[in-house]
Amino acid sequence: MSCSRRDLLKNTLKGAAVASLPLSALKVLSPAEVKATIGDSDTRWVFLVDIQKCVGCGFCVKACKIENDVPYDVGVTRTWVERYVVTKDGNTNIDTPLGGRDGYNSDMIHGEHIDPDTITKAFFVPKLCNHCKKPACVQVCPVGATYQTKEGCVLVDRKWCIGCGYCIMACPFGARFFHPTLKVAEKCTFCYHRISKGLKTACVQACPFGARQIGNLKDEKDPVSQTIMTKRVGILKDEYGTQPQVYYIGLDERVR
Amino acid sequence: MKSHVFRPIVVVIIAFVLLVVARQLMVPKDFGVHGESFTFGYHRLSNIDEWKNYKTKYRGKEYCRECHEEKVEENLASPHNVLECENCHGPAVDHPEDPETLPIETSRLLCQRCHAFLPYPQSNRALMPAIEPESHNPGMNCVECHNPHHPNLEDM
Ligand code: HEC
Ligand code: HEC
Ligand code: HEC
Ligand code: HEC
Repeated sequence: MSCSRRDLLKNTLKGAAVASLPLSALKVLSPAEVKATIGDSDTRWVFLVDIQKCVGCGFCVKACKIENDVPYDVGVTRTWVERYVVTKDGNTNIDTPLGGRDGYNSDMIHGEHIDPDTITKAFFVPKLCNHCKKPACVQVCPVGATYQTKEGCVLVDRKWCIGCGYCIMACPFGARFFHPTLKVAEKCTFCYHRISKGLKTACVQACPFGARQIGNLKDEKDPVSQTIMTKRVGILKDEYGTQPQVYYIGLDERVR
Repeated sequence: MKSHVFRPIVVVIIAFVLLVVARQLMVPKDFGVHGESFTFGYHRLSNIDEWKNYKTKYRGKEYCRECHEEKVEENLASPHNVLECENCHGPAVDHPEDPETLPIETSRLLCQRCHAFLPYPQSNRALMPAIEPESHNPGMNCVECHNPHHPNLEDM
């Protein structure tokens, strides 16, 4: 059998080319599949809070705690409602008893009665994890137990978390806490189990007044993303550069 | 080579091999970069499904309609139509299998969440029909006089 050096090289190259062609390369991928493989996604979950609409009933906090099995009578919450009462002397009185779980049914703040005539403004501010675009809490995790999904949700892997608490310290919003019974870092998931089934988050569903909304920023027809793109909305602690994705209507500079 | 050089090298090599083997065994196969970047997407892929499979507890008003249609209709025709049934009765979870029945809370505090008067005219709290809990029929449960599903002052 004769085989010139040229043939040998040619055949080797051909063979190598065919062998290196994976079967999957012959398959036609749908645009969605391509997006999925390159890590892109057609969803970016964002949250919209209308401060004006909140009456401080606290049903969102109650629903969140029960839905996500956060110990009910311990003072830790994934979402909470703060009360701000600003008086004429420039003072801001802030409180959030049990995170606002039982609502606000008295005007006592830290055991003190504030004279209604001295109040210049008062309002309720629901807060939760901002699911930042550049989450500081994820960057500091030493074991890869917290991460951002393709839809932008920041989650904690409970099996992998070692409970070191770096992320709790790194969050500028104080949105993370130590789970008292599971002994891992705990935070709002945007009710990942609900939104990925097409349901609303527990807090959004519980809110009777539409003060809380969740939406998809990549869907231009979504009412939430339309509001964010066309109306005046604010975010908390812009100066930290984490690019929070919880937007507020009617934000006050005193809210931190 | 002298053994005082050789021995530590062997120890280091064995330690390195052990480390690699241990890492291979302990790190799950699906651990890696599964997102935009290493900084934000380095994790165990199967954890996403673990979160997706978390138990859903709140079912919503439309679910109650299947069996408590009258209550839901009554409620939808009332000023309380914005309230979720489960706000007051707790999550349905797998009701009526588990739990067979839902709790009924009749405390004044439940209603005061929204109806206790607070002097905050700048927030929507001021739009709520309000009472002073200390003077509005103290000591009695609100539901003795008001229908929680269909409060209506004209019927009273
Ligand atoms: C598949 C049918 C079904 C659905 C859906 C359902 N229930 Fe029920 N519910 C029952 C049955 C059966 C009982 C027990 C019989 C009874 O006491 O009337 C019950 C009892 C109750 C009770 C206690 C009544 C009492 O007199 O003690 C409440 C409160 C209640 N349900 C609320 C709800 C709410 C709120 C929802 C929606 C989240 C809901 N149920 C959905 C079937 C259902
Ligand atoms: C504002 C709080 C509140 C909301 C919202 C509410 N309930 Fe109730 N529900 C009560 C209270 C309080 C009672 C007890 C009434 C009583 O003792 O007279 C009750 C009683 C019931 C009962 C059993 C007793 C009866 O009157 O037959 C059922 C069933 C029930 N609710 C279903 C529902 C359903 C379904 C919805 C949603 C449409 C709903 N509830 C929404 C507070 C609420
Ligand atoms: C989540 C907040 C919320 C809770 C909790 C709540 N309500 Fe209401 N209630 C409302 C809203 C909203 C209205 C309608 C206000 C309006 O018409 O502008 C209302 C209206 C009323 C009215 C006036 C009805 C009328 O004809 O104008 C009464 C009375 C009332 N509720 C009683 C109760 C009682 C009793 C409870 C406890 C079982 C209760 N509410 C719990 C939100 C709430
Ligand atoms: C003894 C019966 C009785 C009890 C108990 C009772 N109410 Fe009333 N409530 C009334 C009557 C009668 C009215 C209408 C006349 C009035 O404004 O006082 C009324 C009015 C109201 C209004 C409308 C106020 C307005 O000006 O629009 C609200 C809200 C209300 N009640 C909530 C409650 C709440 C919350 C509780 C429990 C903490 C409660 N009520 C307990 C009898 C009662």
